[in-house]
Amino acid sequence: MSATVELRSWTILPGFGLALGVTLTYLGLIVLIPLSVLLVQAGDAGPAKIWTELSSPRTLAAFRLSFGMALLAAVCNAFFGFILAWVLVRYRFAGRRLMDAMIDLPFALPTAVAGISLAQLYSTNGWLGGALAQAGITVAFTPLGVLIALIFVGLPFVVRTVQPVLEELDREMEESAVLLGAARWDIIRRVVIPPLLPAVVTGATLAFARAIGEYGSVIFIAGNMPGYSEIVPLLIVIKLEQYDYLGAAVIASAMLIASFILLLAINLLQARMRRWQGG
Amino acid sequence: MARAKTSRVVPGQGLPLSESRGVRATLIAIAVVFFIFFLLLPLIVVFAEALRRGLHAYWTGLGDPETLAAIRLTVLTAILVVPINTVFGIAAAWAITKFSFAGKNLLITLIDVPFSVSPVIGGMVFVLLFGLPGVLGPWLAAHDIKIIFAVPGVIIATLFVTLPFVARELIPLMQKQGTDQEEAAIMLGANGLQTFLRITLPNIKWGLLYGVLLCNGRAIGEFGAVAVVSGHIMGLTNTMPLHVEVLYNDFNFVGAFAVASLLVMMAFATLVLKTVLESRTASSSPSLP
Repeated sequence: MSATVELRSWTILPGFGLALGVTLTYLGLIVLIPLSVLLVQAGDAGPAKIWTELSSPRTLAAFRLSFGMALLAAVCNAFFGFILAWVLVRYRFAGRRLMDAMIDLPFALPTAVAGISLAQLYSTNGWLGGALAQAGITVAFTPLGVLIALIFVGLPFVVRTVQPVLEELDREMEESAVLLGAARWDIIRRVVIPPLLPAVVTGATLAFARAIGEYGSVIFIAGNMPGYSEIVPLLIVIKLEQYDYLGAAVIASAMLIASFILLLAINLLQARMRRWQGG
Repeated sequence: MARAKTSRVVPGQGLPLSESRGVRATLIAIAVVFFIFFLLLPLIVVFAEALRRGLHAYWTGLGDPETLAAIRLTVLTAILVVPINTVFGIAAAWAITKFSFAGKNLLITLIDVPFSVSPVIGGMVFVLLFGLPGVLGPWLAAHDIKIIFAVPGVIIATLFVTLPFVARELIPLMQKQGTDQEEAAIMLGANGLQTFLRITLPNIKWGLLYGVLLCNGRAIGEFGAVAVVSGHIMGLTNTMPLHVEVLYNDFNFVGAFAVASLLVMMAFATLVLKTVLESRTASSSPSLP
């Protein structure tokens, strides 16, 4: 018996040094060293430059737009993503399988293609933009255009986090609730939604994190007016094109730090969700 | 449009376990409308615009020498990037799933970093490193090596953004499969390479293909990171997505959407293969006897 235990030890397999060496070297060269150069450069800019960059009205407006629209898009995606996941798992209707397969399209479609396509669709003489213009709503070249692009980009996240949880959900709980005389809406609210909520939040957070950094699908529809419809990633690109490397590094670092806080939050959330589901 | 078929989801229970007909129809209608507006129409627009002036204009747009150069660069990028990140993904997954060591969770998080960073930042870090006013800029200029605004920059930036794909597909899969089979093979006298090729690889092949597929799709379609490092030199450093941007900004809509239609077909192929692989992994992943 003890021999078996010993054989199960981790050390019998070869290649640990090689595999870990390749992993760390490559990750260091491609990701970690370049990213730390960015942070070091931003630090080198000095407090005065950092303050000028981050407090300029143009930067502040870009951050407000990027984070605000990303948050709004995440909320929209949480709502519609939940409905999509619900319909895909619980109901049977014509075109369901096609819909299910195409949910991942925003992951697979190059962002530049999504960008020009949405810009064309929502331009004032486009299929949807024309109709909306008659109703007095302008999408192209406004913050609303940014929102539309970010909803597109973040669409799969909530659907794909909720779907598996919904599929695994134990229907017996619902049956018991029915037998105990609960109304359908109460069952949805008290029995079905609570276990799905962590998945919704995780999906929405992922969509939010993705939306903050999104570039390709936004710039064509946004019009990119400084202070109005200019997102942070575009501001960084403009700074780089003007060879203002320090300014770009400062803004990018501010965005990076925000992203890392988000990543941390996601991980904490998932750990909590797992513990909640386990207990 | 989609019709709500009456269906009791739980068979034979006789309990009101589903919503009323009206609620069901409303929810399906919302989903379908959202689906059409946000997924279907953007796709149809690409082909409608590409074919607006007929098939001849479409083919002329695709046959343009600069378009062909963009296609070549995109293919070259994918051919170089996908194998490198596949090898990395396998190495990372092997180290992380077959051994226990301190800092493993940190390593998993770090591998995911390119996904949580804006693609624009993924490109700009290399501009800061290799650009003319950058850290290594003067040295590279003195040795006449061009990385930024040249093909190597495009490839490095693509390496950055597609780095996690294979690794993050393999890690959960190999964690689930454990180490029993490999240990048995080693015990029976196989060497490391034999064990990997005969035991591990057959177990992970569908997951591996899945990761390679997603990595390839992103390598072909990457825009933000590549836009920053490429300099948009027509015929030289323009990939297909960058070429789409240049044509669109020149108001050559037919040309832009023609190239875009090729990328849509690539995305479609990716989705179809993905669906096929998902059914494979679902049936074959718990392959331990």
